[in-house]
Amino acid sequence: MSDENKNDLTEPAPQTAPESEAPASAPAAGIPRRDVLKAMASVPVLGLFFAGWYRKKLAEDAKREAIMAELGISEGAPAVIPDAISRPPSKLIRIGIIGFGGEGENLVRSAGFAHPEWIEAQREAVEDDPRHKGLETFMQQDDLNIEITAVCDVFDVRAERGLTAASNAVGPGARHSGRAATRFRRYTDLLDSSDVDAVMIATPDHWHSQMCIDAVAAGKHIYVEKAMTREEEETHRMYEAVKGSDIVFQLGHQQRQTESHIKAKEVIDAGLLGPLTLVETTTNRNDPWGAWVWEIDERGTPETIDWEEFEGPAPNKYPFTPERFFRWRCWFDYGTGLSGDLFSHEYDSVNQILELGIPKTCVASGGIYYFKDGRDVPDVFQAVMEYPDRDLTLVYSATLANGKWRGRIFMGHDATMEVDNGLRINADGSSTRFKEKIDEGLIDPSSPLFTYQPGFRGVDAITSATAQYFASRGLLYTYRGGKRVNAYNLHIAEWVDVIRNGGNTSCDIEQGFQEAITCHMATRAYQLGRQVEWDPVARRIV
Amino acid sequence: MPSAAARDSTGMHEYGRFQLTALVGLRMLVGWHFMYEGLAKISNSFWTSAGYLEQSQGWFEKQFLSLATNPGALTVVDYLNQWGLLLVGLALLVGAFARPAALAGVLMLLLYYLAAPPFPGLEYSIPTEGSYLIVNKILVELAALLVIFGFPTSNQVGLDRLIFRKRYAQSVG
Repeated sequence: MSDENKNDLTEPAPQTAPESEAPASAPAAGIPRRDVLKAMASVPVLGLFFAGWYRKKLAEDAKREAIMAELGISEGAPAVIPDAISRPPSKLIRIGIIGFGGEGENLVRSAGFAHPEWIEAQREAVEDDPRHKGLETFMQQDDLNIEITAVCDVFDVRAERGLTAASNAVGPGARHSGRAATRFRRYTDLLDSSDVDAVMIATPDHWHSQMCIDAVAAGKHIYVEKAMTREEEETHRMYEAVKGSDIVFQLGHQQRQTESHIKAKEVIDAGLLGPLTLVETTTNRNDPWGAWVWEIDERGTPETIDWEEFEGPAPNKYPFTPERFFRWRCWFDYGTGLSGDLFSHEYDSVNQILELGIPKTCVASGGIYYFKDGRDVPDVFQAVMEYPDRDLTLVYSATLANGKWRGRIFMGHDATMEVDNGLRINADGSSTRFKEKIDEGLIDPSSPLFTYQPGFRGVDAITSATAQYFASRGLLYTYRGGKRVNAYNLHIAEWVDVIRNGGNTSCDIEQGFQEAITCHMATRAYQLGRQVEWDPVARRIV
Repeated sequence: MPSAAARDSTGMHEYGRFQLTALVGLRMLVGWHFMYEGLAKISNSFWTSAGYLEQSQGWFEKQFLSLATNPGALTVVDYLNQWGLLLVGLALLVGAFARPAALAGVLMLLLYYLAAPPFPGLEYSIPTEGSYLIVNKILVELAALLVIFGFPTSNQVGLDRLIFRKRYAQSVG
């Protein structure tokens, strides 16, 4: 209780009254001075309040400014164009999808065309838990002004599903789903079709290279899923084909669009972390689905699946095997396991942020330690890559039998940066650069120096417990201008925009070549059980 | 000690000096707290209620979650919280429209309490600064506001003395 109140509760002597208040509050209304004084009793407390608040705010602002000045980076969201699509979208682009499995369906949906069953499932999910925002995000996707005119899949059931999705009347692509798409059994026939301007390829990896080379020959623009290729030699052939053409190429690393990655590049470019010597990337999954033990559709038989076309360029041929068809990532005949599926994402993220390129050397090890189901790719896999010209090591460590979140960590002499959908930087206790600020107590190495929460109003340099918690959870989506968006949708939109208006895609053939070669170095090192090296002159893994 | 609180013929309370001092003190303390909570949120451009709502549990989990996950609703909720806290706090502190302000404050605190009730069996990922079983500081402050509502003082010490002067003047003659 303040003194002011005590005074007012007693009868105040008239001479102690502030002369200015009474006339202002009671303009000639004949209100007794005693009433005015008691009414205004708390005004001095209000003054005390604002004085205290102002002092506190000044101190916090000073601390914040000192930190931000030290960091030398902006507080706001990264400067990306909030909407990659040129308005008004000009020419309608006609797209063929090759491979309508899980990822193919995801791509088509991200382009604006969802299967009705998916929409129904999402509606039910929202009823169960309002945190499910899949349907809302889908419905808010931009209309890319594209049409799915052709679907190619070797499995009849999936091809039919693709045709249904292409003609679904709900969602951002609905305007363009009047005309029924055509099913092709052979991708070469799809490429020959005059109804197709561009293709999205979401087949198993062993088909990517040949399909891309043929698409270039047919003059079709390409969006191809990662990993770009299955092995080194086809990578060179594909690179030459795409490089020598004028088609627009995008490799499907959708996290190129993730706001936190773009922000992380800003942080690196500002030199905030100091000399960076170690980057640690990880994969931790602990469920059969995450280990590619995918559902086997009972309708998949030699009658409904063109097995010969599926095998195509695979090095070893087998009689029809449902496991090999539905769980192809488990065999080196069709993919490269962890290396191509998940290390490729990790590498591409780091390459996006650091522009590392291909490592000088790579060692790798691992084994099939948990999923002993007949697969030949490892389920525990570690790869270590050296970049001596950057004084830096890149480590990838993965297991498919433990789900502990280990994150993606950039370790510098002055600070550590952890990047997922959010971004957190902690100063290092022994940092040279921050020594003075740490000694002054302005920077506390045990709590984040800088937290970036996508979609939540930019950077928080004075981090609250709530904010830290929220950032560490990582959100499922990326953001543009505070709006929640699907990263796949942005990645496809960028590709379509470059087809229309020129420019560069963010994951072009150069980036793709670096991704593919680095992954193949890791795979080769594992298979050979020795260190492999990149010969930059001969451009070959040795 | 003066006589216990009683109502005069117009329904106004008559307090002893200690009672009035204690009640005005309580009103101003709660007002101060509300006001600073509001001001701190307004002046922190990164503040959002999303984190609190997102971890909601208990009876109204779904309703609070749907607010957290809807950007439009979240903007409204954030504004209502920031300015609601500030205005309720200011009203209590200076004693202007203090009774409706107390009720508004009770409503806000009830929502905060119900969003994350400290019931046995519910665990929250946002750490709390104390140990609570069913009763937490939100509930205590809520009860304090009920007292402030039930034992009004702003028509004696506060701007309500001027705002509702005629009524008060009549009551005391």
